[in-house]
Amino acid sequence: MTAILEVKGLQTNYGDVNVLAGVDFTVQPGETYAMVGESGSGKTTVIRAIAGLAPAQAGSVKFDGKEIRGIGEAAMRPLRKDIAMMFQDPTGSLSPRLTIRNLITEPYKIQGMKDRDLDAEAKRLLEMVNLPSHFADRYPYQLSGGQARRVGVARALALEPKLILADEPTAGLDVSVQGELLNLLNALRERLGLSMVIITHNLNVVRHVADRMGILYLGRLVEEGTTEDIFKSPRHPYTNCLLSANPEPDPDARLERIALTGEPPSLLNRPSGCEFRERCPMASDICTNTPIWETAKGHGIRCLTPL
Amino acid sequence: MSDALLEIDNLCVDYETARGDLKALRDITFNINKGEIVGIVGESGCGKSTLISAILRLIAPNTRFRNGEIRFKGEDLLTASEEKIRSLRGSDISIVFQDPMQTHNPVISIGNQMVDIQHRSKAPKAEKRAYAAKMLAAVGIPDPDARLNQYPHEFSGGMRQRIAIAMALMSEPDLLIADEPTTALDATLEVQIIERLKNLQKDFGCSILFISHHLGVIAELCDRVVVMYAGAVVESGTVREVFHNPKHPYTKRLIECDPGHIKERARVLPTIPGEVPDLANLPSGCIFRDRCLQAMDRCTSVPPLTDITESQRAACWLNHMEAAE
Ligand SMILES: Nc1ncnc2c1ncn2[C@@H]1O[C@H](COP(=O)(O)OP(=O)(O)O)[C@@H](O)[C@H]1O
Ligand SMILES: Nc1ncnc2c1ncn2[C@@H]1O[C@H](COP(=O)(O)OP(=O)(O)O)[C@@H](O)[C@H]1O
Ligand code: SF4
Ligand SMILES: [Mg+2]
Ligand SMILES: [Mg+2]
Repeated sequence: MTAILEVKGLQTNYGDVNVLAGVDFTVQPGETYAMVGESGSGKTTVIRAIAGLAPAQAGSVKFDGKEIRGIGEAAMRPLRKDIAMMFQDPTGSLSPRLTIRNLITEPYKIQGMKDRDLDAEAKRLLEMVNLPSHFADRYPYQLSGGQARRVGVARALALEPKLILADEPTAGLDVSVQGELLNLLNALRERLGLSMVIITHNLNVVRHVADRMGILYLGRLVEEGTTEDIFKSPRHPYTNCLLSANPEPDPDARLERIALTGEPPSLLNRPSGCEFRERCPMASDICTNTPIWETAKGHGIRCLTPL
Repeated sequence: MSDALLEIDNLCVDYETARGDLKALRDITFNINKGEIVGIVGESGCGKSTLISAILRLIAPNTRFRNGEIRFKGEDLLTASEEKIRSLRGSDISIVFQDPMQTHNPVISIGNQMVDIQHRSKAPKAEKRAYAAKMLAAVGIPDPDARLNQYPHEFSGGMRQRIAIAMALMSEPDLLIADEPTTALDATLEVQIIERLKNLQKDFGCSILFISHHLGVIAELCDRVVVMYAGAVVESGTVREVFHNPKHPYTKRLIECDPGHIKERARVLPTIPGEVPDLANLPSGCIFRDRCLQAMDRCTSVPPLTDITESQRAACWLNHMEAAE
């Protein structure tokens, strides 16, 4: 089976700032891959670089077996049908002057598909994301947070993509609404056979939607594996810190919290050796050496003294 | 009760709108005792920010107080003079907002801002600066003396929020109000802040009113919790009572919906079907009725907020069943 997405050694620099320092991951057809990490770790840049919306100075991005890194906007445009983006903050990214009908059918216009019956498409898309069809005449400001996310999903699905790149799809939503959106994404994935890359810093979300996950730190993966494996037995100390920093809705939960001290280091001044060492609760003298990426049984890790 | 710091009784607040009065808060009643951390939890639009602005009397022009009292150390804040309120704000009662940039002036160094807010003190500038550095250290900002010279944009989001907390605590307030202070932060930074707040509460002995829609944070930080739904208090009690033995169907559903609660991968996550009622056009009876799986005939009248235990209260007819039998 050809992977739907294969990313190798992806690097992004903004001027002198090396934001992505070689990111590798693969998404199989029908799979949901979650990329987690603190803000500033480069999550948004990863998906923007894949979609050709951020620079990618080195590495390879293969979509359905074909190289797409640096192919230029003209060659990328037809592929935008197959690769859909869902942006963080949908109300901000939805043009306020367009009706919902125009918003969700805009992708047809961009792709020059003029023969489509846009009213019928709008109705079909709204139905797919469980919104009543009279919403077609509304404007973004008339929607609740959860409804705006659904419109974002409808728009992303318009051209029947093979791959969805979703940036923080549930950020800022109330838990009950978040559940609705995740259920919707899961159902659509099964029905339409979609592959997804979901960017998030919410681990509770990852557990319920992702088959596999990667943990990004300073623009590099430090751990990757099946979601189940990583939640059960995280091997990188950073992953362990992230998992333990998840407040539980139970006042008696005895959290064995592993304190993550300090702040992420500056990208302009990457630490030598293991880049996590200044904040790592397990760090020892050997961590001044640079750890390499090692995998065993599909579980990859970048640490000299894994757990 | 003599140890009550803030007492809210039957508070009703409307917003006048083109569609008529939007009943944003209805019959809100709860207390905050001295030295206590009280959480308010509820989904967006339930009235959390309206409640805070009522306490601080920093209200939108279309706000109408319809009924009730807010007493701070026994004095009614709704009838107090503007001068009195101004002298309380920023000294006895401080606030931290979700977005710390609301607090920080981008063109003034953090040090000067922290000196400026001590305008009520007669101490010399060097002393004020030293106090500012001490407060930065108290919220865990390394190298505080040097960092006083920096501007807000030179700090990360997590640091800016900790600085906002430091500034709010400088006047040694009796009550610190925090409106979703960790909502915009990563879980790791969120945890750093709640641990910091817990320690600061012990050191400063202030009370904290902590607003959030994140159940996990409330469970971990607070002594007591008030659950709001669509402008009403549906339940209140100690965090243990409310999280372990919720007495209102909304609280139960809300806890069940929290994915932090569900350890195995769920194919379908629980949700609360239906929509929050329109506050400008309130349905009759229990506010949760059209989404409640246990609704019955009786629920067409509004259930009162009644005592379940000495500390727990809920507004649901289910708690009156035994008495009725
Ligand atoms: N257009 C840009 N120009 C310069 N720096 C950028 C740009 N976009 C992102 N960055 C920097 O790249 C880093 C990673 O950002 P981002 O990918 O947005 O992280 P995340 O989504 O994980 O929060 C940050 O340090 C950010 O400041
Ligand atoms: N100035 C205002 N005029 C009219 N309605 C308002 C105003 N401010 C808030 N509201 C409405 O009052 C309700 C409560 O809002 P708010 O207190 O901000 O809730 P929360 O902070 O819990 O999200 C919402 O329905 C909101 O739309
Ligand atoms: S009063 Fe009735 S409708 Fe309201 S929560 Fe209780 S059972 Fe449900
Ligand atoms: Mg991002
Ligand atoms: Mg609010």
